[in-house]
Amino acid sequence: MRFLLIEDNMSLAKATIDRLSLDGHVVDHAECLADANGFVSTTEYDLILLDIMLPDGDGRSFLKSHRSALESTPVIATTARSEVSDRVGILDLGADDYITKPFDFAELEARCRAVLRRRGGNASNIISLGDVRFDSLSGTLEIGQDTIHLRNRELRLFEVFASAPDQIFSKSKLLDRLFSYDEGATENAIEVYVGRLRRHLKGSRAEIVTDRGLGYRLSIK
Amino acid sequence: MRHLIISLAVILWPFSASAFDIEERVVFGAESNPQTVRVISTGDVRVFEPMINGFLAENPTVTVDYTVVSSSELMKAISIDKAAFDVAISSAMDLQTKLANDGFTAPYSSQATEPLPEWARWRQDVFAFTQEPAAVVLSKDAFAGLPMPQSRQDLISLLRQYPDRFRGKIGTYDLRDSGLGYLFATQDSRTSEVYWRLTEVMGALDAKLYCCSSNMINDVASGKLAIAYNVLGSYALSRADKDRFEVMLPTDFTTVMMRTALIPQNAQNKDLAEPFVDYLLQVAWNNTGQTSQQPYDSTATLAGKENSLRRIRLGPGLLIFLDEYKKRSFLTAWENAILQE
Amino acid sequence: MSAEVHSRGSIRRRLMVQLLLGAAVLAIALFFIVQSLARQLAEESQDNILAAAVSAILDTTSVRDGEIQLDLPYSAFSMLSNISNDRVFYAVRFGDDFVTGYSDLPVVTKDDSFGPWFDTTTYQDDEVRIVTAQRRLASGETPLAVEVTLAQTRDGQRDQLMWISQSAAALGTGFFVSVAVLALLAARSSISPILRLTQSVSRRGPKDLRPVAAPVPHEMVPLVAALNSFMDRLKNSLTRSEEFIADAAHRVRTPLATVRTQAEITYRRVEKDENRASIREMIRAIDESSRAAGQMLDHAMVTFRTDHLEQQAIDLNALAAEMIDRLHPMAELREIELVLEQQGAASTIGDTILLQSALRNILDNAIKYSPADSVITLIVSQDAGMAHLTTSDRGIGLPIDDAERLKSRFARGANVEGVIGSGLGLTIADEVARAHGGYLTIANNSKGPGACVTLSFPLQ
Repeated sequence: MRFLLIEDNMSLAKATIDRLSLDGHVVDHAECLADANGFVSTTEYDLILLDIMLPDGDGRSFLKSHRSALESTPVIATTARSEVSDRVGILDLGADDYITKPFDFAELEARCRAVLRRRGGNASNIISLGDVRFDSLSGTLEIGQDTIHLRNRELRLFEVFASAPDQIFSKSKLLDRLFSYDEGATENAIEVYVGRLRRHLKGSRAEIVTDRGLGYRLSIK
Repeated sequence: MRHLIISLAVILWPFSASAFDIEERVVFGAESNPQTVRVISTGDVRVFEPMINGFLAENPTVTVDYTVVSSSELMKAISIDKAAFDVAISSAMDLQTKLANDGFTAPYSSQATEPLPEWARWRQDVFAFTQEPAAVVLSKDAFAGLPMPQSRQDLISLLRQYPDRFRGKIGTYDLRDSGLGYLFATQDSRTSEVYWRLTEVMGALDAKLYCCSSNMINDVASGKLAIAYNVLGSYALSRADKDRFEVMLPTDFTTVMMRTALIPQNAQNKDLAEPFVDYLLQVAWNNTGQTSQQPYDSTATLAGKENSLRRIRLGPGLLIFLDEYKKRSFLTAWENAILQE
Repeated sequence: MSAEVHSRGSIRRRLMVQLLLGAAVLAIALFFIVQSLARQLAEESQDNILAAAVSAILDTTSVRDGEIQLDLPYSAFSMLSNISNDRVFYAVRFGDDFVTGYSDLPVVTKDDSFGPWFDTTTYQDDEVRIVTAQRRLASGETPLAVEVTLAQTRDGQRDQLMWISQSAAALGTGFFVSVAVLALLAARSSISPILRLTQSVSRRGPKDLRPVAAPVPHEMVPLVAALNSFMDRLKNSLTRSEEFIADAAHRVRTPLATVRTQAEITYRRVEKDENRASIREMIRAIDESSRAAGQMLDHAMVTFRTDHLEQQAIDLNALAAEMIDRLHPMAELREIELVLEQQGAASTIGDTILLQSALRNILDNAIKYSPADSVITLIVSQDAGMAHLTTSDRGIGLPIDDAERLKSRFARGANVEGVIGSGLGLTIADEVARAHGGYLTIANNSKGPGACVTLSFPLQ
């Protein structure tokens, strides 16, 4: 996905860009509202992450001035302030959601998904893997006539595999993607979810293959 | 209801020791009644009887002990003898006033006394219940062919014009004997000098002097007198033979006397005296339909003559003519005028 | 949470009391002055008439042949009866001889003047005003004095004085009543600027700290100036507090965000298990402190807003739906299902932001302590004049013996080792509930595991 990150704190911005890039997203960074205006007028983004406190103005004025331009692009506001007191204004002015700093990227991902789902999404959400059509927004697998609704962790796990077919993902990597740092889940949990995905994919040309000692990968026959 | 009337003109018990002369004494109502109101009065029993019966009808347990005396005896009875009477009724306004002034009366105020006109009451002691004019009674026969005089002036003119016709045929009070005559005379003299001129004219025509109104009226009726001056109009008008004479109320001024009632200081039964006085005043003033019970009144005769009426005013002014010095000098002047031989 | 105001005395009452006392003194003074003036006038007029009457009598006296001549004038007594119906007594003496009248009537003690001489005494058991006057008449070789004494009772005067006293009393009472009414009006009108000021200040909303602009009487200018300056300072300090809270959050959270993000990146890149474990610990610690900071700020905000509670009608169903919607992505991450059960309309009066804060903290807790793949139910209901927001989870439940302690600051259940939390969540919810006249109930589910936390508010 293509993100526009509007954030004045350089180190946080850099870290955020790095972190999003790790998940394969493309991020443009605007340090101030002036820069952001430039980016928005030239590029179309899948999602804008907007800091509310900026050196040259309030993020809310950005929302106000780009209301029409932003009709096709969802905005998630980021705020370090006491969230509730800002919430009303932010949502009223056209932000789709907000997230409080510091945020768990898993939460950000979840909120992005929720926002995009609400917006209805577009063709780029759909990945074809052999005879499997995967809609990451609605969280469905279409195999032939069958439509399978993935549960949240199944979806997130499949998203990892689908993002890079044939790439091997270690159990610990998968664990990081599926569970938060305080959940204390074991690698056995991964086996449970992989098992579920395999059941869903049965009869299709897609298959999750175990590479002993290394991890799992998605293979298309 | 007929009341038992007992004449006690002779039997003087319970006043056997009294120093005043009683003319008549009558007890109204049953003797056995527990309560007795003792009335001393100068008024005839006959005249007061209807009123007293009316009172007894309303108070059947009461007996009225009615004693008739002269006005000077009444004064004596109350002020000197301190006789135990509950109500004193008198035509002598001056004496009644003096009794009140000298503290021999008990003040009384009620719904019957309060509405009395100012001239009909003195303090809360003396209450008037009649209005009786001093009239001139003229024999119709004696005046045949002459215009009837309407005022003292007319009378003087006539007497001067026809002295022989009226000589010896004029009657008036002997002020030395009659308290009422003295009262009328002093009030006349106070009102106008014409009184003295008339007295002189009457004196010159050999006027006859009388003790009482009734005697004078008798003599006019019988033709013995042509003119009776200062007669009580109420007496004259109440007579059966009143068509034989004319009762003239002088248009220059008519002196009006009022009979009054009072409650003596040493009344024994004030609680009976008070309703008695109330009843008397109600009969006299309140138009309660009991006019037939009212003693003496001539109020109706006075209607329409208000301008010429001179009501004798209750109050300390009346004391003046009771003063011995004053009385002596007045009677001296009167004697000089009336007795010219 | 307004402090009790101590009151001593009342300006209006003090004004009233002073004015009424003044009026009472004046009314009583008026009464006595009128009465004494009237008495003086009545006595003077009686004396004048007595003097006129006695001299009228003296005028008629003369001596003829050594004997007193006297013609009592009717007018002398009638003028006495003109003013009142009083009893009259008189005595005439010539030299040492009594001539006429009331022989026992006392004579006024004469002084050096020419007379007439007045006195008030008792005669025939009645109080009388008595006057004696003299005139010298030539009699033989030496002139002899004719002396006239005249007395009149004072019943009429007494009646008149009684009447005047009653009138004066009525006048005084009327005066007092009018002044009392005026005093009431005056007190009310002088107090009214204060009342108007009070109303205009108390009508204001909790955030209205504008200076008082309406004109006030100049006596109140210092008070209003002080009030305005106080409100100005209060406004500044409130603004500073709000800014401080926002600023503090920003200052703490932004670096934390950077560190956490860096930690995540590092975690992704590190391969060694022991290094990953320590970075995970680091991230947990960051999360814990950020959550603690968030809750502390939340708590500070709750405390701050509770002092200036807004009063708005709040639809609890809408509030609950919004909150469920908001927290849905978080729950989804752990495959927890959030179910909203609305049992009819429920609304209350209060501060929306505080209620949201309370509900969010409770739901946060529920999500935090629920096992993956479970259900959390939020029930909106009402009974007996209270509206209830009940969250019920399938978590480990709460140590109920601890229920009261859990509501206090930084208290955490004894059974929650390993879960991030600062322990302020229930405290916040409890404080919000109590600030709105409601309460927080903590219980374990009667059927099966899990906790059941209820926020209750008075119905609108």
